[in-house]
Amino acid sequence: MFVSFQLLVFLKEFLRMSPLIVLILFLTACNGAIWNNPYPSNDSGKNILYNAFAERPKHLDPVQSYSSNEILFTAQIYQPPLQYHYLKRPYTLIPQTVDRMPIVQYFDEDGNLLSADSESTNVAYSVYELSLKQDIFYQPHPAFAKDDQGEFLYHDLTREDLQKVSKLADFTQKNTRKLLSEDYIYQIKRLAHPKLHSPIFGLMANYIVGLREYADTLGKEAGAAPNNVYLDLRNFPLAGVERVDDYTFRIKIKGKYPQFMYWLAMPFFSPIPWEADRFYAQAGLTKKNVTLDWYPIGTGPYMLTENDPNRIMVLERNPNFKGEFYPSEGMPDDMEKGLLKDASKPLPFIDKIIFSREKESIPRWNKFLQGYYDASGIGSDSFDQAVQVTGQGEATVTEAMKAQGIRLETAVAPSTYYIGFNMLDPIVGGRTEQEKESARKLRQAISIAVDYEEYISIFANGRGIPAQSPIPPGITGYREGKEGINPIVYKWQDGKAHRRSIEEANRLLAEAGYPNGIDNKSGTPLVLYFDVTARSADDKSLLDWMRKQFRKINIQLVVRSTDYNRFQDKIRKGNSQIFEWGWNADYADPENFLFLLYGPQRKVGSNSGNNAANYDNAEYNRLFERMEKMEDSPKREQIIARMVEILREDAPWLWGYHPKDYALYHSWYNNVKPNKLSYNNIKYSRIDSVLREQKRREWNEPVIWPVGVGVTVLLLSLIPGIIAYRRRQRAVGLRKAAA
Amino acid sequence: MLNYILRRILYAIPILVGVNLITFTLFFVINTPDDMARMHLGVKHVTDEAIIKWKLEHGYDKPLLYNPEAEGLAKLTSTIFFEKSIAMFVFDFGHADDGRVIGHEIKSRMLPSLAIALPIFLLGLLAHITFALIMVFFRMTYIDFWGVVMCVALMSISSLFYIIGGQFLVSKLWHLVPISGYGSGLDVGRFLLLPIIIGVISSAGANIRWYRTIFLEEMNKEYVRTARAKGLPETIVLFRHVLKNALIPILTGAVVIIPLLFLGSLITESFFGIPGLGSYTIEAINSQDFAVVRAMVFLGSLLYIVGLILTDISYTLVDPRIRLE
Repeated sequence: MFVSFQLLVFLKEFLRMSPLIVLILFLTACNGAIWNNPYPSNDSGKNILYNAFAERPKHLDPVQSYSSNEILFTAQIYQPPLQYHYLKRPYTLIPQTVDRMPIVQYFDEDGNLLSADSESTNVAYSVYELSLKQDIFYQPHPAFAKDDQGEFLYHDLTREDLQKVSKLADFTQKNTRKLLSEDYIYQIKRLAHPKLHSPIFGLMANYIVGLREYADTLGKEAGAAPNNVYLDLRNFPLAGVERVDDYTFRIKIKGKYPQFMYWLAMPFFSPIPWEADRFYAQAGLTKKNVTLDWYPIGTGPYMLTENDPNRIMVLERNPNFKGEFYPSEGMPDDMEKGLLKDASKPLPFIDKIIFSREKESIPRWNKFLQGYYDASGIGSDSFDQAVQVTGQGEATVTEAMKAQGIRLETAVAPSTYYIGFNMLDPIVGGRTEQEKESARKLRQAISIAVDYEEYISIFANGRGIPAQSPIPPGITGYREGKEGINPIVYKWQDGKAHRRSIEEANRLLAEAGYPNGIDNKSGTPLVLYFDVTARSADDKSLLDWMRKQFRKINIQLVVRSTDYNRFQDKIRKGNSQIFEWGWNADYADPENFLFLLYGPQRKVGSNSGNNAANYDNAEYNRLFERMEKMEDSPKREQIIARMVEILREDAPWLWGYHPKDYALYHSWYNNVKPNKLSYNNIKYSRIDSVLREQKRREWNEPVIWPVGVGVTVLLLSLIPGIIAYRRRQRAVGLRKAAA
Repeated sequence: MLNYILRRILYAIPILVGVNLITFTLFFVINTPDDMARMHLGVKHVTDEAIIKWKLEHGYDKPLLYNPEAEGLAKLTSTIFFEKSIAMFVFDFGHADDGRVIGHEIKSRMLPSLAIALPIFLLGLLAHITFALIMVFFRMTYIDFWGVVMCVALMSISSLFYIIGGQFLVSKLWHLVPISGYGSGLDVGRFLLLPIIIGVISSAGANIRWYRTIFLEEMNKEYVRTARAKGLPETIVLFRHVLKNALIPILTGAVVIIPLLFLGSLITESFFGIPGLGSYTIEAINSQDFAVVRAMVFLGSLLYIVGLILTDISYTLVDPRIRLE
């Protein structure tokens, strides 16, 4: 009874107060505050770029970092000597921290200087001389802080000092210093550090003189020293690097390796000051996750000021960054697109970048539509909402997106997704000459049958172009139009490439010894095995589609699905027959794709090869060895064309497709030109934060009437209960018997 | 009672060793130390030499469970299993394979997980028990009938639907709270409001029905008849007598999960951008980080055991007849 009474009193009181509550909500809504803004209100209108990331970075130390989700951060902080021109295509290297492009000199075994056009066979060493700009400073950092006596403040932290520290920002004193050539040398040495496990150490040890031996020396030193002790790499000279003066250094490479220039544009070759290494090596800091792998120190336009990879990563303008300007030249249509409006203006334009972690695509997409992210990729679930294809086959944003001022930018990625044939397999690769010839025709037949145009349309929402060879657009060796088509699979008709007919595929299949998919020798149907990594139920349709492609020429395809580790193991041991694989370019040279089919790179029998198909063609190998040591020239292009021709004829891969990246940008996001090889592009971006704030307010006005309706419905729903309660309380157990 | 608790703690040791052994075996059936090294070194330019060095550096260069080359006890102790397991019993979880200190990571992620899980748990308990009691009060009426229908309906909907639907209505359409994210200090409230409401509603169907069943069972007991015969109002019967006596089965389900609240919720945290522990284990499994998987399974088992002991203790508090001997 007491409860019921209290409830009634509360209800009456609430109903009396409810207009007031709704009024308060209404007034709060009218005062201009945006309720669903996920950022602090005092950040509104500031020159901040808002971005999202899905996967937490694992390494921010440039010696280890290799994933695109890591380079997103490191590329804004660290500065390797070279960078890609933001606007020019094909991708062009330009100086970043050096005052000119490196000077390369070639020497023979006896140390005699050779001319620049010397045959690669005569070149024993190449020496790259890099000369740094003299006005580059590091971001403010406690590793550089010194006391009045010139001693480092934080290089020998005591237990008491460490108690006050839980993150880097807890160090109050910071300082900077100039970028010196020894910093680059220090980082090259770190590639061989036994505790750092640089993913490119194995590759670089083949080229940088003395790097492998250097790793052994450091290994012995580190093994003899107590755990986690700081190894001052300045005390261990490396034969392949030489400090000329404070701003000049040389790198000595074995033989001729023109692609080394591209590596000099990657974060692996960023400068690391010894002071930072010394500072972070203190055990007390490591225990608090304050490490160089977690708190980068760079000379780039931004510095990491908040590091919570599970929630938020904040980059702020490096106050010591200066001397870099927006490019004043680009491609012919860049002016028309407004990409040269900021020509010659100092970089960067944006003060702060906030990367928020969004693991799920739905909230990420909705926040982009509300204006809380400035750019967004397009997931398959939101593709139809965002993109429409015009009658001419051109992708454009939908009317709803247009109304919000959102624009679409597309770019073909320097990547390739292919299906490989294991050339060591007796059926698809062949052992004897006769078997090899038969297998070649079989592969050619399958290449025609698997319709990648259809694949791209169904499974990639049209985001990709069918590959004609391993080389993607934007890379030397890729050709457009009639010269660029793979004549084994396509023919040129009416100004377009047309896939050859299934009849032609069947003819090739019959020539291969499998007329109508029946093995001539055994009289049994031809069954092939397709190895894939474990698939979700969503991929069933894709695998069904693949089976259907093979069925077009009466081949039965059996899908063998395994987990990623077993799949890798099968490929390494050559136990697969047909498999799917992909490759993202490290740099803009065809060598980075053509080496995937170079014989000595075979997975089976090599140490760390990347030739998963185990393809081995003597002529191709010979041409590759010539081509890889040549600078870009018409002669090199001729060799590449011949190599591509050999590959098309041999068809060790179904060439698959090159994905096309689609990204959406709000109207306030300026200076966007997709650049799929370079990641240090945020410095070129400009934001109209006033327009953004205005749009956010317009798009996110709180709608409060549902709250009122909800509360009213809730209260009304209590009434039957109260009535029933009162009725029950008044009821009597036994009624008086009728008189 | 102290003896009982001590005994239970001692029983926990073999359980934890067993759980650890099973986790270890399952993990290494799927992943070899070589696979782990490849994953961490990047797939592109990995050499055999680099793999050997990585294993040596991370302590994966020894046999898994038994070292035939070692002497005496070292046959068992000079193994990956022993070396990686022993430190956990003093709560030294070591480093993740990316070099970060696991203990530090767990500490920093635990609070956000708790900030969302604890209110959902407490408010849920309060709301669900209250609704269940109301339904019992109105048993055999249309309120009870429609209540049960509503509970079945709530149970039938996937929790993901509540999240996506809630975000769509409240955040996207009405713009009342942020869709996802996490703040600091008091600002955190506006990020937690929606996930907490959704958490309470999405678990309402099953919980209310469960509590209703418990209460109904109690309602048929003789002490309830006695209480009514004494002329006590139905509210007193329900809230003073039935609720107290129904607490044992409720506590069995509720107290055991209290320690596990620290471990967070995978889906809720992922969709609402809460930087908690919910996804830590899954991410570690995906990146083949055994150090994290092992630490989280160990912690999960330990917290579950703590939950069970707490449940036993709570029995003594609500039922004076129970003695822990």
